[in-house]
Amino acid sequence: MSAIAISNGPDQMRVLVIEDDRETQGFIARALKEQGHTPELAGDGETGLALAEAGSYDVLVVDRMLPRLDGLSAIERLRKGGNRTPVLILSALGDVDDRVKGLKAGGDDYLTKPYALSELMARIEALARRASPAESSTTYTVGDLVLDRLSHKVTRGGGAIPLQPREYRLLEYLMKHTGQVVTRTMLLENVWDYHFDPQTNVIDVHVSRLRAKIDKGFSEPLLHTIRGVGYMVRAGAA
Amino acid sequence: MLPNILRTSAFRWIAAYLLLFLVAIAGVVGYIFWLTSEQLNRELSGIISAEVAGLREQFETGGLGNLDRAIAARSAAPGNSLYVLADSGGRRVAGNLSGLPADLMGKSSGGPFLYSRKTDLGEEMRHAVGVAIAVPGGLALVVGRDVEEQQTFAAAVRRAFLWGTAIVALAGLVGGLFASRALLRRVDTVTQASRSIMAGDLARRLPVSGAGDEFDRLSQGLNAMLERIEQLMVGLREVSDNIAHDLKTPLTRLRNRAETALTDPAGGADRQALERTIQEADGLIRTFNALLAIARLEAGQGSGSFVPLDLAEVAREAAELYEPVAEEAGFRVEVEIGAAPIVRGDRQLIGQAIGNLIDNAIKYGRPVGAKAPSIRLSVEADREARLIVADSGSGIPEADRERVLKRFVRLEASRSAPGSGLGLSLVAAVAHLHGGSIRLEDNRPGLRVVVALPLARAQNAQEHV
Repeated sequence: MSAIAISNGPDQMRVLVIEDDRETQGFIARALKEQGHTPELAGDGETGLALAEAGSYDVLVVDRMLPRLDGLSAIERLRKGGNRTPVLILSALGDVDDRVKGLKAGGDDYLTKPYALSELMARIEALARRASPAESSTTYTVGDLVLDRLSHKVTRGGGAIPLQPREYRLLEYLMKHTGQVVTRTMLLENVWDYHFDPQTNVIDVHVSRLRAKIDKGFSEPLLHTIRGVGYMVRAGAA
Repeated sequence: MLPNILRTSAFRWIAAYLLLFLVAIAGVVGYIFWLTSEQLNRELSGIISAEVAGLREQFETGGLGNLDRAIAARSAAPGNSLYVLADSGGRRVAGNLSGLPADLMGKSSGGPFLYSRKTDLGEEMRHAVGVAIAVPGGLALVVGRDVEEQQTFAAAVRRAFLWGTAIVALAGLVGGLFASRALLRRVDTVTQASRSIMAGDLARRLPVSGAGDEFDRLSQGLNAMLERIEQLMVGLREVSDNIAHDLKTPLTRLRNRAETALTDPAGGADRQALERTIQEADGLIRTFNALLAIARLEAGQGSGSFVPLDLAEVAREAAELYEPVAEEAGFRVEVEIGAAPIVRGDRQLIGQAIGNLIDNAIKYGRPVGAKAPSIRLSVEADREARLIVADSGSGIPEADRERVLKRFVRLEASRSAPGSGLGLSLVAAVAHLHGGSIRLEDNRPGLRVVVALPLARAQNAQEHV
């Protein structure tokens, strides 16, 4: 990570929140500050678009329904101007069609209201990381756990860990977001490509099976449960 | 009432028809009248010409004296012929007319004129037609014919026609009013019935007279529609009652919890209470989302994104997601793929439906006794594709099978278990959106849910090969 101050890495991000509801704005800003990020706020689509075009942000959080210029149009214009900043769309419309429309307009992720703030934070961080170069590396390493993305082989402490295809993809996603909280919904969406409420703790059971394979018999656990939010893969837990 | 009748379409049609009818009659009668009088006129002028020719011959053979005599003879004969021969001073020399008629003077082609005739009652003016001819020697001859009777007859015909027309028009209008009033009365009963339905009397139906006419057919059609609307309304009321109950209960819990935490003097319960509050809110959001999803599906939204899907693949993927959680709960999961039918659908929706069914089986499909719990997910296909989730629990009594598909319906036995009572409703809505159906069957023992989906057309074609 470059040490130059203007480059905001995922550790300290500049996030533009375009949302017309003052209270929601406040909640998001506060949560971002608590995570050590710098939020900037816009109350309508036009102001938001102008700010987004002028400043350099790590992530944009855009409400779909905004005064003056609706969220999707703002994103479309931004993309036409060549701006590739990751965008998270917030919307009360949660249909498959609505989601597809949002992503087509240039959104990178889509979160349906009402949402948990922890879910929003986890997604903002994941988006910022997506824009960083770590994505393209061929191996993910966390402590002594190594995932080879070319051979699809996973080893820990040099010993091979046999994984089912789905377990592999689950671990790959978790390791891609090493050090970040990954929510159950994010796993369901990204690993299984399901966008509905699974009713039960299906994800937890999958994760605990994975954990049994990668952490069992090792002194240092790498796959952590973040209570009330989700999971995180991390070495040298504080 | 009358203005209403005049405004009815029936009356307007009848009036228009009547007008057309009268114009046609007037045309025909007028033509006949014209033709007849033309014929008569031609005959008349023929007779007059013949008379004139005869008198000219008399004059040419015997001179004035001969003409004089001929006129006197003809005038004496009874008939409608009129003659007068006058000298240059206009004095009558011979004939039955008293003098030269002023109307004819100066007209070489002749025409109508009036003359007076003495009768028992005095003098009367009568219509005649004639022609004036100059006779050598400064004399003038008028030959004519009395047409008074013809005129009287024509006037009678005209009068008869006008009266006839008036009577037909009057009869038509009265008939039209009566017919319109009868139609209007039937329309009014329908309107009245629909007004009272609009006012909230949903059980009311439009009157059917039993005559089997177009009004009955219309009423029957509308009644069928009203039947459907009433069903939907009843369903809606049921749903809103259920929503009120099933959302109010957790909302009350949520409020009570926050209240209790607030009034706790120690303040130590705050954190836990807040966590529980969030959980409760999440539950509410979940129920709310499920309700919205079902409503959208039932409204037919979402079918626009349908694509051909391999149902076996969709089932395998969903089973893969749910298998661990079922196994964790002690169930053995069997996936039996007997066919790979292609259906047009949405992978998310079908996946969610399978998930709901497996989730239900885990929650309510636990067998009584020592039998090992199991869930079987199978895919079959023949004329339709079938997705079957079967458990070995206590099943659902036949009487309740229809009912459990409705929103929020939970059987007594499962009331205590967690769940919203929306799972099967959503599965049913997904099945219907895909043009399919859902059947609940007895798995002896256990519940067997069959979701039947129509095959995509490509698959049909393959089957016929």
